[in-house]
This record gives sequence, structure tokens and C-alpha cells, in this order.
Amino acid sequence: MSRARIKVLGANELVAVDVNIVTNTITIKDSVLSANDIQFDTPITGTVFGTLLNYKGALDRLGDTVNEKPYNSPPIAPVLYIKPANTFNWYGAAIPMPAGISRLEMGAALGLVIGKQAVAVDEENALTYVAGYTIVNDVSVPHDSVYRPAVQHKARDGFCPIGPWIIDRQEVDNPDDLTIRVFINDKLQQENSTSNLIRSVTRLLADVTEFMTLSPGDVLLVGVPEDAPQAQIGDKIRVEIAGIGSLVNVIVDEKEFKWSGTI
Amino acid sequence: MRKARIAYGGAIHEAIEWEGQLKLNDGRLVEESKVTWLTPIEPRTVFALGLNYADHAAELAFAAPTEPLVFLKGPNTFIGHQAYTRRPADVTYMHYECELAVIIGKTARNVKREDAYNYVKGYSVANDYAIRDYLENYYRPNLRVKNRDLGTPFGPWIVDAVDVADPMNLKLTTHVNNELVQEGTTADMIFDIPALIAYLSSFMTVSENDVILTGTPKGSVDTAVGDIVVTEVEGIGRLVNTIIGDESFINR
Repeated sequence: MSRARIKVLGANELVAVDVNIVTNTITIKDSVLSANDIQFDTPITGTVFGTLLNYKGALDRLGDTVNEKPYNSPPIAPVLYIKPANTFNWYGAAIPMPAGISRLEMGAALGLVIGKQAVAVDEENALTYVAGYTIVNDVSVPHDSVYRPAVQHKARDGFCPIGPWIIDRQEVDNPDDLTIRVFINDKLQQENSTSNLIRSVTRLLADVTEFMTLSPGDVLLVGVPEDAPQAQIGDKIRVEIAGIGSLVNVIVDEKEFKWSGTI
Repeated sequence: MRKARIAYGGAIHEAIEWEGQLKLNDGRLVEESKVTWLTPIEPRTVFALGLNYADHAAELAFAAPTEPLVFLKGPNTFIGHQAYTRRPADVTYMHYECELAVIIGKTARNVKREDAYNYVKGYSVANDYAIRDYLENYYRPNLRVKNRDLGTPFGPWIVDAVDVADPMNLKLTTHVNNELVQEGTTADMIFDIPALIAYLSSFMTVSENDVILTGTPKGSVDTAVGDIVVTEVEGIGRLVNTIIGDESFINR
């Protein structure tokens, strides 16, 4: 059992619960509930910042092109992006497949949920600013060039499922050694580990907060491993992070989202 | 009407411009110099445009884009009128960018160009500072350049859309220490306001209090600690900012 917090649809506050990440169940008072029987909401109240090229393999994929146009040299500072509010999505929900697009990348990311205002923190103390960890599926329309910001590829509605819960920081011994797996229709499609990060969790927090304050409720994604698997309409996606849990979503044609207006 | 959010007397108030003073919602009249100006709205998703004026693109030796160059900004970077922006000691080129800010008023998805203005609540002014030393060619311009704490003055107020006859024909100016350094007109935008709303809403839902910073014309000049930078959009507002140095921050 691990201590965690969840947000249930319709509730105003996060609720403290015990979760069993193996059985995917939650204990509240005396009841044991399957995660699939709970209508989760996004457990996030702030801004979600993503980090590009923070897995060694992801940078390796660019190879020598980092020295060629348009990049001209390898990245120095963390390369960040924002997953805006319209992208927020939750456990069990559908990810809309935009019209005219047939495949989406499933970006499996460990999310650091900030617990107190973090300004220019040093590596030694960085983890004390983390309230806990969550799982984020940083969905993207596949794109090869990382020269210009990928708003059109990364900021579409529903492209940021988060959850199912926030595992308390104290439950995780070493965030730099967590196995990450992506399953599509229950078949393993990707396996990697946060041990392959270029900037460790604490280094990343230090380098980011040097110029940008992180506030309680913000989430910093540590990165997406190379070779993100692609999925299509009808696929069930499960992003699993050891010690954190499993985030499950399905991909649905956006035309089936009647509430989102004229498509 | 011109509406501001300000702090006064230990609380946050909404206020309107009233014969050269501010009238708080509770009826008090106060001098502008007596309040702390906050951003005129609490911004939700903020889009910013790069290279949206042909003369500025040329100045930076870029061809004009064929599709809007959009990046996003987070809440940490915004400050109000009469505030302070930090210039780190190690940088050699930090410049202001005077921009018309478009504030969205209602949920927009797949909006047609001809309907776009129906989704605008009002306008304001932003100064989208950039530190060119930190530019790298990954998701350029990246957050270290464009989303720094204190890096984006925004205000002083929101001017209701109905009070702006033609937002595509407004003069933009920047003065540094009273000297004119940047001058342009919104008429020279490559992608105009309706085009930007149509473009963004074509692939995502845009909502109330989302903001579009529409880009800056040419005239980028380095600034120094102590400079008073005034970005102004004709009929919208005059946004004052002061550059401060590392010495103002005792812990780093």
C-alpha cells in the first residue's frame, strides 16, 4: 500500500487514500475500490511543463544532426514546453484523435507534482519541493523537427491525461530509477527507465527553477523516452511507472466528442 | 471601458479608469500612483507570436513565416504595470517587444475568420522581453528566453473590445528613458487577429481569458539595468516597466 491523493470528479479537494499499485485498487476508510470504478478527475491544479530531449536515447536519436542546421549545436539548457489547460485529461478518459490524423505518439512521462513554491532551488533540497509523483501521457501528433515549438502537435484538446493519482513523495525511494512501460491493447510496446535521464530529477528541478518559479500544483515532466509508441483509434493505452501506478486511456475519433462543438 | 486589477489597502480590487484616477468597485477613488497594478486579467493559456511583423522578421534575418510561429507562456512570467524585470548580469542582449494583447472572451473552436472578433473580450498591452543570449534552436524560442520570472509585463488594463474601432490599425511605440526606439503599426501584422483566432481554434479549444500576444514590429535594442521601458499601443494603454539587476536579489 502507498499513500496517495486522488481527485474524484465533482469533488473540490484532493482526497488522501491508500492505493495498491499492483492490484490497481484504492482503500478509502473500510472499502476497497477498483480504480476502474472511480470517476477520476485530473489531480492537477497548476501548469504542466514538459521537458524535451531529456532521455539519453532521445538525444542520441538526433545524432549528428544536432550539429547541423537548423540546430547547429547540442542543447545546453533544459528545453521546455507547456501542456495548456485544454489538454488536461484523466484516468479512463478518451483521447480525441484529430480529424485528418491517423496516429498519435504516446509520451510516457513521470510527472513531478510541486508541493511548495520552488525558486532557484539547489539539487540537495530539490526533492523537498515535490509533493508527489504522477503519470502523464504526453500525447503528440508525430513530428520530426524539434526546431520550432510544437503547439499544433502537443496542445490539442485532451492530449495530456494525468493520473490516476499523486503518490506521496516519501513512497518513492529513488525517482531516478523507475521502470516505465507502455502497453497498447495490453501488449508491451515500450520499456525504459528514468535511470536514463540526462538531467536527473533533482538536477532538472534546479536548472528549471533557476529562471522559472514552480508553484504548488504545477507539474514538471521529466521527459519522454525515445521511440514513443504510436496508437490509433480504438487502442487502449496503459502507461505504467513502477511504484507509481498505471494510467489507462482509449483513443476515440474526435467526431464522437459531441460536446466539443462543431468539428 | 478600461478595467484594471489592482492591489490597494491590503486587498485585490477590480477598478476602472475614472477621470485620471481609478475607481474601485467598492466606489473608492484612488490615485494611480497609490496602487499596485496586477495583470488586468488572470491569464489562462497564453499564446505568443514570433516573427509576426515582416520588418521584425527581416531584422532578425528570418524569412516571414508561412504559418503562425506560436509559442506558449506560463503564469510565472507575468507582472503588471509599473513593475520590475530582471536583467541577469551575464547577458549581452535583452530587448523589449511591444505587443498588442488580445484577450479571448468565450470558448472558441473551429471559428471562422469572419466570426473571430465575436470571441474577443478586449485588448491590452504586453512587453514580451527576450534574452537573445539564451536562444537555442530547440523549440525556439524556448522558455528560458520567453518564460522567465518577471519577464512579461502585461497591462495596465483591459480595454473593452467594443471601444476599439479597428484593432488592426493601431500605432505601437516603445520608449526607453523617453527616447523613441520602436515604432510600428498593427496594420503590418503578417497574420492578423482574425487569422490567429481561426488558426488556433482550428486545432484546439480556446477559452475565456486565454491571451494572444500578437508579435512585435522591428526596433529591438538592448536594454540596461535602470532603464525605464514604456511600451504603448495607441488607444489601448501605456505599460511602464523598469529593468533591475542581480544586485536587487540578495540570495543569488
